[in-house]
Amino acid sequence: MTATTHSPLLSEAGQAVERHWRELAGRRRLYTIGGIVFMVLAMSGSLWFANESNAGKFFDRLPYLFDFVGQMLPRDGWEIWRALFDLPSPYDDGSLKYNYPDGRIYFTETLYLPEYFYKMLETINIALVSTLIGFGLGFILCFLAASNLTTQRWLRFFVRRFMELLRAFPEIVIAGFFLAVLTIGAVPAIIAVSIHTIGALGKMFFEVVENADMKAEEGLRASGANWVERVWFSIVPQVMPNFLSYALLRLEINVRASTIIGAVGGGGIGEALRLSISRTHEAKTLAIILLLFCTIVAVDQFSAWLRGRLVGKQAFEFGRGG
Amino acid sequence: MTETEANALVARHADVFHRPLMERLRGVLIIGAIAFYMVFAWWLFAVGQVLSGGNWDIAGSYLADWVSYEVRPDIEYDGDALDVSFPRFSPLGSNPKPEWLTTETAMVERRRASAATEASTGGETSGAGFLGSLDTKTDGSDGGDFLGPAAPSDNTAESPATAPIDIENTAAAEPVVMREESVVNADVSFGGNTRISVRPGFVTVTHKGETLELDIAEGSAVNARGPLPDWANQRAPGAKVIVRFGFAGRAEIEDDEVKARRRFLGWENFFFDTRSPYWGKSANEVMGTIFFGERIEASRSNLSLAWSNFVNNADWQHGDVWLKLLQTIVMAFAGTVLASLLAFPLAFVAARNIMPNRLLNQVLKRFFDFLRSVDMLIWALFFTRAFGPGPLAGISAIFFTDTGTFGKLYSESLENIDDKQREGVRSVGASPSSVQRYGVVPQVLPVFLSQSLYFWESNTRSATIIGAVGAGGIGLKLWEAMRTNQDWENVAYMVMLILLVVFVFDNISNVLRQRLIGKQS
Repeated sequence: MTATTHSPLLSEAGQAVERHWRELAGRRRLYTIGGIVFMVLAMSGSLWFANESNAGKFFDRLPYLFDFVGQMLPRDGWEIWRALFDLPSPYDDGSLKYNYPDGRIYFTETLYLPEYFYKMLETINIALVSTLIGFGLGFILCFLAASNLTTQRWLRFFVRRFMELLRAFPEIVIAGFFLAVLTIGAVPAIIAVSIHTIGALGKMFFEVVENADMKAEEGLRASGANWVERVWFSIVPQVMPNFLSYALLRLEINVRASTIIGAVGGGGIGEALRLSISRTHEAKTLAIILLLFCTIVAVDQFSAWLRGRLVGKQAFEFGRGG
Repeated sequence: MTETEANALVARHADVFHRPLMERLRGVLIIGAIAFYMVFAWWLFAVGQVLSGGNWDIAGSYLADWVSYEVRPDIEYDGDALDVSFPRFSPLGSNPKPEWLTTETAMVERRRASAATEASTGGETSGAGFLGSLDTKTDGSDGGDFLGPAAPSDNTAESPATAPIDIENTAAAEPVVMREESVVNADVSFGGNTRISVRPGFVTVTHKGETLELDIAEGSAVNARGPLPDWANQRAPGAKVIVRFGFAGRAEIEDDEVKARRRFLGWENFFFDTRSPYWGKSANEVMGTIFFGERIEASRSNLSLAWSNFVNNADWQHGDVWLKLLQTIVMAFAGTVLASLLAFPLAFVAARNIMPNRLLNQVLKRFFDFLRSVDMLIWALFFTRAFGPGPLAGISAIFFTDTGTFGKLYSESLENIDDKQREGVRSVGASPSSVQRYGVVPQVLPVFLSQSLYFWESNTRSATIIGAVGAGGIGLKLWEAMRTNQDWENVAYMVMLILLVVFVFDNISNVLRQRLIGKQS
């Protein structure tokens, strides 16, 4: 070690510092190596377990993966557009694979909405309705969970645990339950996504409320305002921009969530995608993926733009509460 | 405050008291628009129709199934006697004698349709199990201990409607009548003062201090004496009567049998199923057998037998559920780690201030956007087709989506780093790679790790959902349990395990993140 050769140059105190630094660095290195060894072991164990318990083994299936990618290519590029806009296909043989015009939703004799656009709109509406419901109920609950507005500890505790439960409860179970009670369709998806949204938004909202400036509230309290008036006139105007931007973030997440719930029976584009992938309708699948991709990008961009206008260039923790 | 003062105040702050019309109406307009949209959505999704068409009766019993189970004895009328039977997979084992179901037996004459008349009179004796078990008996003892053709007068309780047919049958094919010990009175207690007492031709139901007496004309009608109480209902005169006792259960009194549904709180046979030798024993007995008892099976110890019985419990499938839960955890863990590892170098290339090549920055950033915006669902469906159902598909889906997410997050935090540290390292003549290692990585690594930890926790949740579309893990198992509509208690069990895992991971990730980036709100 080069440091030992220099040590005579150091004073007594300098050597102590040097020694101490060496100890710290050694311990740090030990932790780092230990951590890396642990991660490598955990990862190899995990991957081995995943491979063992999978239906097909990774290296056996890998060649098929590329075959499958090849299978996903339609007969010609225009097929994707025909599937997307419900135009008749030259390959139409009466099978489900090429029956693009069958799904048209007619407004008038000639004006129609292509099937997948309709389903995409359905999914977006599911997300929008759920976000609105979640916003409304989360808005009401958050003030009861904030420590600066609710002095009763038990009420705060109860509301917070309740929101945590709503957030952590698997959406898939709520959806499955209401799919069994109601029919297959959008309503179970709305209920499932809303319930999760209430919990997720409520949590972020009450954190915003707790960081609000209490001077306005004090002023209203001094003039004898009651609890609802104090909240409505002093807290709400302060927190509303933040609330709205969180709700917009939630909307982005909910568009994805309602697509997934759709795939397990909640209707909308998710269901169409699952069906077309499992039936190997390559043109339809690619059309849906293209549509979904554009929609998600558009929703993300729109929400980012609107959030920028609402709260300025404030950084958000990405996907919080997701 | 005088009026002049007030006016002066208003004059001074005119912008507060006289706001433009649009500004004053904005709130009302927004709320109106939202209300209008909600009405539109109500119409679009036919919410009212769906909600009113829902099967809310079933919803109650599904919910009750989460924390309770039903035992379902059927009591069939058979002339002067009753037959009490349980379904094959009853939670009480193969031959249950529950104490809440009391029976009285007596010697009665029972008429059995012989094989020849079975076809003509089969309609009135509907229980297939009963016919199957007793037919062989009568066939075997044909001419043995039967009492000969019985005159109609012997069957005192025979309903007049069926009697004439029987006379014809006696002439044609000789029904078999025998004397045997049979159940003549069955009492099902539903706890408290609620009970159903079944006698041939007559059923009494007592609930909430009211008594409902029902005359049964076997095979044709159920008629109540007096008006029905509000806990009972009958769709049409003579049709079956359904009585509901809330959580305790319900019963259907039909013209050929009484179907009792007695509900008990708890998860039945949670540890050992009915085929296990440990079934029905108390915890002390089980412990005693395991540690001090004689070997039940000679080949292995009682402990290993108990463990294997528990893990392979047919009702709860503990072993399989845990394996699937582990798959979900592994999916989230491996997917997140792999995505972090790949996103780490890519983010350096994508960050404007580190890689000065604009084209490369843009290409990578659009690539991240692509991975992120092609939803996790699409990746999950895609890889399920490619790898077959299982955790590999889930890992790949999380890996692809999160490489995009992490790439974006990492490159954004790289673009926000403090440049002074980098300049300092560069000024002492360090090589470009050393500048990154000592000037950049120490600043961003805690942030990277904290973001990855955050997503590790939220991916555990996502992994459950994408599992249901075929990507393996507990999601698929959960979905299968829900599809049957029978195993809601298993759903509750899995949900509790998931909540527990998410809770534990949430806390671990919070603690680690606080240690990494210090206590920040």
